[in-house]
Amino acid sequence: MKNNNVIEVENLTKKFGDFIAVNAITFEVKKGEIFGFLGANGAGKTTAMKMLIGISKPTSGSAKVAGFDVFTNTEDIKKNIGYMSQKFALYDDLTVKENITFFGGIYGLSRKKIEEKRQLLVEELGLQNIVNELVGALPLGWKQKISFSVALLHEPKIVFLDEPTGGVDPITRRQFWEMIYKASNNGTTVFVTTHYMDEAEYCDRVSIMVEGKIEALDSPKKLKEKYNADNMNEVFLKLARG
Amino acid sequence: MKRFIGFVKKEFYHIFRDKRSLFILFGMPIAQILLFGFAITNEINNVDIAIFDKSNDATTQEIIHKIAASKYFSIKQHITNEAEIETVFQKGKVLAVLVFEKDFKKNLTKENSAKVYIITDATDPNTANSITNYISAIIGSYRQEINKNVNFEYQIETKSRMVYNPELKSVFMFVPGVMTIILMLVSAMMTSISITREKELGTMEILLVSPLKPFQVIVGKVIPYIFLSIINAIVIVLLSIFIFKMPIQGSLFLLALESVLFIITSLSLGILISTVSATQQTAMMISLMGLMLPTILLSGFIFPISSMPLVLQAISNIIPAKWFIIILKGIMLKGVGLYFIWKETLILAGMTLFFIALSVKKYKIRLE
Repeated sequence: MKNNNVIEVENLTKKFGDFIAVNAITFEVKKGEIFGFLGANGAGKTTAMKMLIGISKPTSGSAKVAGFDVFTNTEDIKKNIGYMSQKFALYDDLTVKENITFFGGIYGLSRKKIEEKRQLLVEELGLQNIVNELVGALPLGWKQKISFSVALLHEPKIVFLDEPTGGVDPITRRQFWEMIYKASNNGTTVFVTTHYMDEAEYCDRVSIMVEGKIEALDSPKKLKEKYNADNMNEVFLKLARG
Repeated sequence: MKRFIGFVKKEFYHIFRDKRSLFILFGMPIAQILLFGFAITNEINNVDIAIFDKSNDATTQEIIHKIAASKYFSIKQHITNEAEIETVFQKGKVLAVLVFEKDFKKNLTKENSAKVYIITDATDPNTANSITNYISAIIGSYRQEINKNVNFEYQIETKSRMVYNPELKSVFMFVPGVMTIILMLVSAMMTSISITREKELGTMEILLVSPLKPFQVIVGKVIPYIFLSIINAIVIVLLSIFIFKMPIQGSLFLLALESVLFIITSLSLGILISTVSATQQTAMMISLMGLMLPTILLSGFIFPISSMPLVLQAISNIIPAKWFIIILKGIMLKGVGLYFIWKETLILAGMTLFFIALSVKKYKIRLE
């Protein structure tokens, strides 16, 4: 892959019958970058993301994720990415420890490696008191942090976050973004969808999708200059209203 | 393989930490088998009847004694006028009234024929039918006794023998049915619910994004239920042998193999249900309405298929439970080997393959 790109997308399209959910989008994401994938509900963000993580087959176009083709190499893609959805999907009826062991296990980590990772996590997040608690009993903020750490357990090249901060308070969101920065500093590429425009400011570059197309793609600073706006919210409103 | 074992282990955590599913898994089977075994019965025992004897002579007395002496009936009261018949029925005191005509003995000896009426409460038609048959049989045997010395020129004598269940115990009929229903319930409903739960919680998405292959996910979810269903089948068979004294005439090994086949059939149905339903609630509704009801009503478990209207008889052929009940009755009561039930076995196997193929197809469409 040229220029250190970990995601390369060209004219990627997804149709459901006559409806074009994603309309010939083209972009690339560099290694270690925090890439914000913005758009209103129904703009096609989730569909685009599902194609990149290999659980939805594109109609046409081409895309490579971590060097692998989304048409032919989804199995390899899956080994190299982490994914966290807006539901922070951990198992409520398993303990924190059991969740870590389970997700480490399905990514094929050795028992020893899982043990190491778990101790590291417990220290970093201060989980000493809750590691044997059922996840269902934990507050949302904890679930979110653990969920993110679990998505990084197998040290993926890219981590995809689908609206990861839905429903949590501003302080927790702030802490969460610190975790994202840390991952990015460690060389993990972060691909994040959100509709909190203040979060868009934290990204290295953002793309804004409107009705299946990417209408803008640049760093937040340049987008604000270009659209003559004080913040990303204004940029977004200007674009979304056409 | 190691990933897979971890997956199955997780599935067991889910089951054992959820009291509700534990109850459905183990409480229900035992409760059902005891309920069907003890409470629901077609047999007649100590049915209360009333006598209206207009004749009151030696012959009617003898007949009444015979009836009273049988274990099937107890004579609750004697009534003396027509109006009372209605009253005793309405009060629900008796299920049948036996009316002997006036001059019973005289008619019998002079005209060679006397009449006795059996009036039954047919709000429960099956019981009413049985009562009529039992009383007729008692009177019939009395008639033979008094005819002993007379020699008719031509006489057809019917003798009947009930084979495979000589005492006509209804529990023998229910055990195969209950076993079928329970295996169906546990395998189909519980798997469809547990798969849709992952969809509902969003964990299914995470699993699909992981390097686990979709079929590994499904097989991993299904294996614990195979295991638990087998335990259930064993418990049911043990209960029926030791509590209901049900004999297992055929080979236990064949019984086990056929049960595993039916468990897999039900699991594949459960998987199919989970591919078409998005929530646990839908999965449960489809399982109960679409599987349990037809299974109970059309499998021949309670209502004999041969007495159904033709349309329903045709429909019953697509109910897997029908074939499994035939197999079970064959092995348990008749003691037959595979040679006699290979057709039913083949049908079940075919259905299983069909359900699995259909699930795979539906699953693929969803991923497209």
